Amino acid sequence: MSEYRTIDEMTLEDYQAIGLRSGLEIHQQLDTQKKLFCRCPVRPYSDHFDAEILRHMRPTLSELGEYDGTALMEFKTKKNIVYQINKETVCTYEMDDTPPFELNRQALDIALEITMLLGCKLVSEVHIARKQYLDGSIPTGFQRTTILGVDGSIPYGDRTIGIIQLGLEEDACREITDKGHDRVYRTDRLGIPLIETVTCPDMRTPREVADVAQIIRRLTRSTGKVRTGIGRTRQDVNVSVEGGRRVEIKGVPRIKQIPLLVHNEALRQVALLEIMRELASRQITGESFRYETREITDLLRSTQYYPVATAIKCGLEVHAVVLRGYRRILSRKTQPETTFAREISDRVRVIACLDTLPNIAHSDGEGETFSSAEWTKIKKHSGMGEKDVVVVVWGGPDDARTAVREIAIRAKEALEGVPDETRQALPDGTNGFERILPGPNRMYPDTDLPPIAITEEHIERVRAGLPERPWERRARYEKLGLHPVMAGRLSISPLKDLFDTAVERTSYDPASIASLLLDRLPRLVRRGALPGWSGERCIDTIAAASGAGLPPEVLEVLIERTCGPEGAAAGEAVSSWKVLESGELERRMTRFLRSIEMPGLDESRLRRYLTGRLAGEFRGHISDRDASAFVGAHLAGGGAPGKGR
Amino acid sequence: MSSDLYKGYRGPALEALKRFGVGVWYDVEIDSTRGTFQGIILPRSETADDEHIVLKLHNGYNVGLAVGTIEAVAEHGRREAHYKIPEKAFPFDPAKPNVKLLGTGGTIASRLDYRTGAVIPAFTPGELYGSVPELADICNLDTEKLYGVFSENMGPEQWRGTAEAIGREIAGGIDGIVIGHGTDTMHHTAAILSFMVQNSPVPIVMVGSQRSSDRPSSDAALNLIHATRTAAHSDFAEVMVCMFGPTSDQYGLLHRGTRVRKMHSSYRSTFRTIGDIPLAMVDRERFIPLRDDIKPRRRDRDVTVNTSFDDRVSIVYYYPNMKPDIIDSLIDNGYKGIVIAGTGLGHVNKPLYPSLKRARDEGIHVYMTVQTLWGYVQMYVYDTGRDMMDLGVIPGQNMLPEVAYVKLGWALGQTGDAEEVRRIMLTPIAGEITEREPHNGYLIYQGGIPEVEEFISRFKK
Repeated sequence: MSEYRTIDEMTLEDYQAIGLRSGLEIHQQLDTQKKLFCRCPVRPYSDHFDAEILRHMRPTLSELGEYDGTALMEFKTKKNIVYQINKETVCTYEMDDTPPFELNRQALDIALEITMLLGCKLVSEVHIARKQYLDGSIPTGFQRTTILGVDGSIPYGDRTIGIIQLGLEEDACREITDKGHDRVYRTDRLGIPLIETVTCPDMRTPREVADVAQIIRRLTRSTGKVRTGIGRTRQDVNVSVEGGRRVEIKGVPRIKQIPLLVHNEALRQVALLEIMRELASRQITGESFRYETREITDLLRSTQYYPVATAIKCGLEVHAVVLRGYRRILSRKTQPETTFAREISDRVRVIACLDTLPNIAHSDGEGETFSSAEWTKIKKHSGMGEKDVVVVVWGGPDDARTAVREIAIRAKEALEGVPDETRQALPDGTNGFERILPGPNRMYPDTDLPPIAITEEHIERVRAGLPERPWERRARYEKLGLHPVMAGRLSISPLKDLFDTAVERTSYDPASIASLLLDRLPRLVRRGALPGWSGERCIDTIAAASGAGLPPEVLEVLIERTCGPEGAAAGEAVSSWKVLESGELERRMTRFLRSIEMPGLDESRLRRYLTGRLAGEFRGHISDRDASAFVGAHLAGGGAPGKGR
Repeated sequence: MSSDLYKGYRGPALEALKRFGVGVWYDVEIDSTRGTFQGIILPRSETADDEHIVLKLHNGYNVGLAVGTIEAVAEHGRREAHYKIPEKAFPFDPAKPNVKLLGTGGTIASRLDYRTGAVIPAFTPGELYGSVPELADICNLDTEKLYGVFSENMGPEQWRGTAEAIGREIAGGIDGIVIGHGTDTMHHTAAILSFMVQNSPVPIVMVGSQRSSDRPSSDAALNLIHATRTAAHSDFAEVMVCMFGPTSDQYGLLHRGTRVRKMHSSYRSTFRTIGDIPLAMVDRERFIPLRDDIKPRRRDRDVTVNTSFDDRVSIVYYYPNMKPDIIDSLIDNGYKGIVIAGTGLGHVNKPLYPSLKRARDEGIHVYMTVQTLWGYVQMYVYDTGRDMMDLGVIPGQNMLPEVAYVKLGWALGQTGDAEEVRRIMLTPIAGEITEREPHNGYLIYQGGIPEVEEFISRFKK
């Protein structure tokens, strides 16, 4: 087996060698007043609830007459699903006791706007579909969802990343707990308009995935019409390697978590493929796969192994599953600190609801479980041979039966390499089984709502209000002479429109306006120095200063006067500003520098220190750059050898 | 064949399909002015416009493409959907009771109808077993589809046919009957069956669903389980409605057929017993009787089926400023019976009096009920009530308006004699008139009141 390599040890070529392909599904809440299919307000999440509802989910047939794999899996788990309801944010629609109201037009327009920004082809008629979710995250058992456009693209360096589709849908509940057969959801998030942007699997390294997530996030934020904050944007990451299958890692809240998750999943798939080849070399196939199972509760009544001793005390059963020919497979590493046994344990946890860990023990990893005498008895009694492994599982009769079946199912899937799964992102960058990957069979047309035609006039109306895409803006700013980093930051800044106005209405150099807006003013805002801040006041001040021919370094001081506690009018602030004649300024600066007590610093630090002091003292009269130059000349000219030197 | 090939398409959309030589279920690539789309052409709902072609994309989503934007269509074969609920032979166990499910419509088990975009029921025992396998643990189930209509289309013909079918099943030795029914008029049918089928030795349980069974959260399966259990195992030999008690998947309520009413357009727990309490609670394990006057199951087969019905009967829902021409038009059109849903204790305005007098003179039977639904008609309290009684209006006690309506049709089907009609109408047959209203027969908790909010927060709804 190949050595596990860290993300820092892997290059683009290394990832290409394993055939990594990754794509994103980005979920972004839209900033509407109301929810998508009812008139409930969108409010901050709250832990308060007024009532609870209990429901169960059953699988139904798809439009094409097939059951969906995920749906059947969720049905096997037999969960009691409890919804906690807050009367402020939930009406009978979210409870699935009232049919949907007409789709929120504000949400449709925002979503169309983003669909256009992504360069997607727009559909002519929006059909609302039901996408089944039997985990209970939506009380109806399905999410109302639509496709607005397909086949778009965004630039990424010198490549383009394909956008498969953009959909508009309702957000699901927040899961609160999931223990045994009981799962609890809170419903305040339910029904909030959400767009799902799906990219092609065009990313080749873990870092590229994060980069593209960032680009799309900036694009959606450039509209100013999406929600921001924890849980308002969530990424699903699709990962596959050559010979593997597309695995979906769900609900990654932060972009910076993405690279490690992608890396670990890629290596997990490589490990699973190695296990597949190993099993093939042992001549185990789908047809020849064999397992046997026995109840061994009585055998272990006096065990000291705490989890099983407790289980037996609670009246649970213990079962042994012998996997023929699987010796040493369960102890093979699949993720950092994790072996293939975890793949099996995860399925038992999720599908059989045996969620007190450990939930299995196996003969490839005997340590710290049963005594060796007990293992000998277990092996003998279960009929384990030399080439086999035995897995022990414990639970109530129904759950244990489900668990035994699931152990065999997952073991058999190892013959195919990577199973179709969605997996949950764990904080340490690894992932765990969440559910079987759903297919197109879970889609069903929503018969409660008629299709909505998207007319040419509608498209034109939305198109007329499209914001400039961040990468277009950035290119334009670079042409204005901004440094690429500055241009990039400004292109996604909330003050970008203010910048455009200032450049248009004044004669100041774009770079000084950019630095004012991106660095200097935010510093003042953080200090609380601009309580009267408004874009309009700011622009008025800049325009007045420009009209009076004042230099750009004065702007910060003037804005502090107009937008600060003083609240001076722009004209007054400008006219009361005293410009120092250059000879006078130099004299005062020289005097100031001489007055400073010099600390013991090396040349460059000293220069920075003095520049800071000088720029602070003569704020509004001199730019940082000029201050630095002045200090440099001052020091070089042997001026003012301070006392500290 | 050609109608199937273009299912649901008409006008410009139909023209376009023909022009490009494709039809429903074709796997196509469509070039349009808005881009290229790949997918399978689906049938179109007949109620949708004729300007769009529906495509199922390969990701499972449906989209519509405006025919005006389509430039070219390339075809890659056909892929017809074979929609079939998995069918498995319903197991037979001689130790289990035999239950007959009579279908009239509704969505107990259903599939999508592309023509209308609505769901159509699937119904055979095998299909039901395929979708609700728990039923096999309860009974041996046989089904018969009597009708396939939405419940608003149920009427005297279907009521009669259903009553007769029940009579046949009882005579044939069945242990219990379940009637699948759309929910909108389930209480009308429950009431008329209570009159048409009397003295049943076995449970007759009406059931439906408020969320069709094509939805994962549907109440259909649990309602069906509750109803089938009631038919197979309960000791309650009455005509009952079995639907959700709370909106949660917890228990069903068994309502007496003459006292039940659909009270919410969409809630699961829409059926409520009015002016009394339900017969019992039912869940997957237990029956909890709530009253002690439920007619018990019997071994004999002595049922009385009387399917008389005269449909020249109407309900008039009184509103302020009603004009006498409303009553006159019923008289002019040959109606024989009128049930008024009056205000308060049972009132209408004075301008109607001449028309009420005319109705009496022409031998029309007029009965008063209350639009408040809860409470009795009491026409002695105010002079106006006495005046109306003088005009021949007969107080219908605490019969619900819809119940009085079907009972009057049933009575008039048997006799035209005013005294005999009056005797039938005012003699309780199946609990439609009760001697007393218990204090907990009227409980509509008002949300917002602290103790009610506390109650709601403590018990799942």
